[in-house]
Amino acid sequence: MKKISKKSTAPSSEGAVDLNFLGRVRSKIQDPFFWSDWLVVVAFVFVIAFFGAIAPAEFLTLWNLNNILVAASIPAIIAVGQTFTVLTAGIDLSVSSTMTFGAVTFGLAFTNGWPLWQCVLIGTIAGTFVGLLNGLIIAKRKINDFIVTLGMLSVASGAALVLSDGKPRQVISESLATLAIGDKANIPYLMMVAFVIVVVAHFVLFHTRFGTHVFAVGGDPESARAMGISVVKIKVAVYVISGALAGFAATLAISRIGSAEPAANTSILLNSVAAVVLGGVSLFGGRGTIFGPFIAALLLQSLSNGLTVIGVAAYYQYLSIGLVVILSAALVRTDK
Amino acid sequence: MTTKPYAIECVNIKKAFGSVDALKGVSMFAKPGEVTAIIGDNGAGKSTLIKCISGVYNSDEGEIKINGEVVEFVNPEESRSFGIETVYQTLSLIEDLSIWQNLFLNREITKGFGPFKILNKSKMKEEATKMLKNLDVYIPSIKSRTRRLSGGQRQAVAICRAAGWGSSVVIMDEPTAALGVRETAKVEDLIKRMKAQGLAILLISHNFDQVLRLSDQIWVMRQGDVMAGLRSKDTSGDELVALITGAKSGKG
Repeated sequence: MKKISKKSTAPSSEGAVDLNFLGRVRSKIQDPFFWSDWLVVVAFVFVIAFFGAIAPAEFLTLWNLNNILVAASIPAIIAVGQTFTVLTAGIDLSVSSTMTFGAVTFGLAFTNGWPLWQCVLIGTIAGTFVGLLNGLIIAKRKINDFIVTLGMLSVASGAALVLSDGKPRQVISESLATLAIGDKANIPYLMMVAFVIVVVAHFVLFHTRFGTHVFAVGGDPESARAMGISVVKIKVAVYVISGALAGFAATLAISRIGSAEPAANTSILLNSVAAVVLGGVSLFGGRGTIFGPFIAALLLQSLSNGLTVIGVAAYYQYLSIGLVVILSAALVRTDK
Repeated sequence: MTTKPYAIECVNIKKAFGSVDALKGVSMFAKPGEVTAIIGDNGAGKSTLIKCISGVYNSDEGEIKINGEVVEFVNPEESRSFGIETVYQTLSLIEDLSIWQNLFLNREITKGFGPFKILNKSKMKEEATKMLKNLDVYIPSIKSRTRRLSGGQRQAVAICRAAGWGSSVVIMDEPTAALGVRETAKVEDLIKRMKAQGLAILLISHNFDQVLRLSDQIWVMRQGDVMAGLRSKDTSGDELVALITGAKSGKG
């Protein structure tokens, strides 16, 4: 979280010297960019406090919090990939079916007796391939990202159904079972995997040339091009990242349900876009963090978990998550 | 004439777009430590000429010499590798990146090796401060977003970026067109300092007063051709207008 605060130094920087602490706090609070970075943290604390107050005995148990972390791990990983595409002012609508496609290839490899690590690899490669196709079509042919990935959503689900013949394949593996249910110091392994990906993604975004170029291409593609940055390469790369992470997340999904399902889990898509928006990433590109969407993924999971715990029917959960997303997009106006 | 080679020399540059001859054999030069202005009416070929020099366009004919040596480049990156930098009117600054990030955009300093190269942020901030200080540009904080800068400050940052890369030729397209009086004066001072440091500056401007104030050499273009090359101290606004409109022929 330290990095997020670093990113939001903007408001006080110009007349920085003569501002006292209170003045700095005030000017920060008045800065809309500050809120785009911190709204999600405030909202997360609020959601936890809210459900903790209403149903402390059910919501605030170790077991339940553990559930939230497990359930948030896959959306968190997908949200990281989505963050990269949105940072370049794009979007990847194919993430959920890419994950399904990855899961199906994983299942095929597994039933053919491939060792587990090869199954993980093949699932990730399958996702990477889908992402590469997305990226090449969007960047090289200059076709609208929305249309390309929407088409790919259908193509990847179709390919998953064709490959699997529409049948789920059981994947029984002790290591995967351990991954799904194990934990260390009350942190589930699945969340640890997600968190490692979050940290690596943060590092790539804020500490490598590639990361800077992602921001540059998203913020102003013409200027980025004028400075010699290959917009095409960056665009392809972000879709590859998104696809690869979706393909990799298939492993986590398989470990949780014990089989490779050919049916796409569409809520993953909504969830990832929701997390990105809520996490303060500008839909116009060029602004955002990784930890923001990560916290947002935790928040969304806490919200739906909390609603379940206090006995709100599942139908209302879709409604509430949708409303939260729209509300947060309205609150955080980082638009140019 | 000095024996010192020109920082940049164009010899008989021709460029056509379809049947339109945008440049009909342009020859000009710019000396190091001088401001060389290129003036002319809209459509005279100024932009096409600088785009040929900066590598955006490839000329059909003719050659470009840097410090007396013939060079060839096919894109802006290669042109840049010969020390030619361009500050376009759009400035090419990324609004949401900090000033130091913009100064080092696509030239980031890294540490480590291979795929593990990481940004050397402290080094870049340090160098960025030097780049600005070197040209006496005062910006409150190099860490603030470029979005927060005034028009003049942006222009100054873009110019410092162009000047700060061991470049020998800096091309500026209407650097003060969008600025107020005070900011224009500051940018003009900045251009004088760059000149004093031995850079060759190619200045495109519609503002004759500015051209006469700043430049040492003036090339007047008309309909894709160079009408005249004059020393600024030997000419006047009236003569420039006459040359631009064609009322007077410089080639006579």
